[in-house]
Amino acid sequence: MSSIASVQPSAHHHDASHGEETGVWSWITTVDHKRIAVMYFVTATLFFLMGGAEALLMRIQLVGPERDFLSPEVYNQLFTMHGTTMVFLVAMPMAVAFFNFVVPLQIGARDVAFPRLNAFSYWVFLFGGLYMNSSFLFGAAPNASWVGYSTLTSATYSPGLNVDFWFIGLSILGIASIAGGVNFITTIVNMRAPGMTLMRMPLFTWMTFVTSFLLITAIPVIAVALIFLGFDRVFATTFFNPAAGGDPVLWQHLFWLFGHPEVYILVLPAFGVISDVIPTFSRKPLFGYPIVVYAGVLIGFIGWGVWSHHMFTVGLGPIADAFFVAATMIIAIPTGVKIFNWMATMWGGSLRFTTAMLFSLGLLVVFTVGGLSGIMHASAPVNLQQHDSYFVVAHFHYVIVGGAMMGLWAGLYYWFPKVSGRFMSETLGKWHFWTTMIGFNLTFFPMHFAGLLGMPRRIFTYSAQLNVEVYNQLSTVGAFIFGISGLIMVWNLVKSWRSGAVAPADPWGAPHLEWSIPSPPHHYNFPRIPTIRSREPLWDEDERREIEALTLTEPHEEPVMPNPSYWPLLLAAAITLAWGLVMTGVWWIIVLGLLPVTFCVFKWAFEPAFPEGH
Amino acid sequence: MAHAIAAADDHHRTWTGVSNWKLGFWTFIASECLFFGTLISTYMVYKGRAVVGPYPEDIFNILLTTTSTTILLFSSLAMVLALDAVNRARKGLAIFWLGMVMLMGLAFIGIELYEYMHFIHEGLTVTSSTFGSSYYVVTGTHKLHVLVGVIWMGTLAWLIHKDRIPPEKSEQVEVAGLYWHFVDVIWIVIFTLVYLIS
Repeated sequence: MSSIASVQPSAHHHDASHGEETGVWSWITTVDHKRIAVMYFVTATLFFLMGGAEALLMRIQLVGPERDFLSPEVYNQLFTMHGTTMVFLVAMPMAVAFFNFVVPLQIGARDVAFPRLNAFSYWVFLFGGLYMNSSFLFGAAPNASWVGYSTLTSATYSPGLNVDFWFIGLSILGIASIAGGVNFITTIVNMRAPGMTLMRMPLFTWMTFVTSFLLITAIPVIAVALIFLGFDRVFATTFFNPAAGGDPVLWQHLFWLFGHPEVYILVLPAFGVISDVIPTFSRKPLFGYPIVVYAGVLIGFIGWGVWSHHMFTVGLGPIADAFFVAATMIIAIPTGVKIFNWMATMWGGSLRFTTAMLFSLGLLVVFTVGGLSGIMHASAPVNLQQHDSYFVVAHFHYVIVGGAMMGLWAGLYYWFPKVSGRFMSETLGKWHFWTTMIGFNLTFFPMHFAGLLGMPRRIFTYSAQLNVEVYNQLSTVGAFIFGISGLIMVWNLVKSWRSGAVAPADPWGAPHLEWSIPSPPHHYNFPRIPTIRSREPLWDEDERREIEALTLTEPHEEPVMPNPSYWPLLLAAAITLAWGLVMTGVWWIIVLGLLPVTFCVFKWAFEPAFPEGH
Repeated sequence: MAHAIAAADDHHRTWTGVSNWKLGFWTFIASECLFFGTLISTYMVYKGRAVVGPYPEDIFNILLTTTSTTILLFSSLAMVLALDAVNRARKGLAIFWLGMVMLMGLAFIGIELYEYMHFIHEGLTVTSSTFGSSYYVVTGTHKLHVLVGVIWMGTLAWLIHKDRIPPEKSEQVEVAGLYWHFVDVIWIVIFTLVYLIS
């Protein structure tokens, strides 16, 4: 035992890079979940800055009535790309960055189930995002909003390439999500360390599990809708063409059948993060662990039965409306249960207000405001008044920024020491937090009033007679403060990555398995796989000693890790090319485009995943 | 894929006793269920709502489609026999049955394409009506799946010929079988909902 105690975390700082390549090529060909996580996070942060810049341009345009800083055409492109970017290129991949880094470490695995598929998911996400954003170079960015309602997106009403970039880009991104969902379900079901039963899994792993199920079930629905849209545009099919008997409302059903589970795809990972962060900084086990798990699973289920609350103004009839009003109000119950469990966890705990904890509290406050306005327009008659107004814009920013981004930022400050072996700056972190809170609320709270006074969404300007100028001015000031908070975060990331204070293996005194290995971890994560006996293994002194005897030691022999591979990248590129060629509308070009895809699939299948002899 | 477990777990075990490869594939099939479910639901929603003909009852030839369906169903039997042959290290037999799977798969696609030609001749195209659009997209997506399966079987037959699938690696054939049976089951649903129930 004494030899184990003498192993200092700092000594592992050098060991971690032992046997691991560095340099650009090693990143391009990596199948290591930890590196893929870093690539996901960095890419999503860059898209975040881009989506933020789009928002600021819109706020400049809206600072006063009847301004012409942006033309209506450009404004349409900006709000469409802002929404699409923030949902598909920021919130989702940023959550996936955490899935990647944290889940294998929390369950005691050396990697995910399918390491190359994991790298493939990242490259597909990157290329899909670049493909969609390349539309700006042609002045043809998507311009029919992130929900792409039919018939606005038809070839008749949206000629030009804008909507083509949108539906092709989104269908490429869907591939990454399904592959990721399959990967994480398999990893979590099959690869947990001995003794880690389902009800001993950390909440973040649990919520990754639920989210993965939502991914593999919801994404196929939008995939089919996008195929219909694509066929309508490229091959003149009649799915959404009313003149030929097609039903535009079908698009809305399919979109929101995906779209509402998507909301939970965005917020459940963040719920998972703060369910790990709050107990750590309260020094208390999570209050009512099974209830929090069941509530998360229940949210995942009920999330499938509320989609038409986005469609009350369609006129589906009183019976359908009543059903969706009830289902929507019911889903507030498990969500409320979680909020109370987090508060009860803090009750009587010895609280430490680190930046990670502050962002978790920020989630509680901001998300609750969004939840309350959500209950307001869950009621169909109220909804009719608020639909398509800035009230709704305020609501879903409170939900998504509050419910998803706040939690992910909490996770950033919480797990950064594990990723890099260094702390994020707490001073800059607190600046980040408070500028976020002030900027965010100043931007979006006034939108409630602007919306109730009748200011419609997605319109490039407003009339002075609407008397909403003051609210818009407040929003614009708030948006710039919020923008600055993003820059502070990036500065903190860069600075801390280079010269942050060195972090030990378990810098927070946290209970879960990822804190039992050195920071940063070996490329094989666990020298030897420990056995788990409880829900908070590191908070039990005996169990901790047993685990660390296996995790803070040298392995008997270097564990065999999968080979690096460039086929994930090439296959992702081939798929992006093939999908892009759909734009031509010429069937033989589209078929030819599938040849590189087939070639890459075969090269991948016949490439040995592990070194010779394993 | 047995290798992936070795890297994952010192004890060469998984929690379910099922390999990652097979479990992952089951998960993918779950996702495919939603994919086909959405496609078929759309067909059902548009059923009887086409504003111009030809309508389903004018052109469906149940006898022809029953023939292709029967062929596809029997291909599943061949698939089972192929897996059995691999397990018993009967190389030649395995290749024979995989060949039969491919042959029957191609026959199915052939008959269905003949049906397409017939329908197009009758005036039903992807652009003619919601019936045409949804019919061709639903059945076309299924045919693409059959085609992928045929290519997969061909690859496996070649690997067996090269002695690269010994009995202990038969899971490679088993998972391909999962895919093939799944595509079969989807066709039974399509055949029932699209052709039989009018």
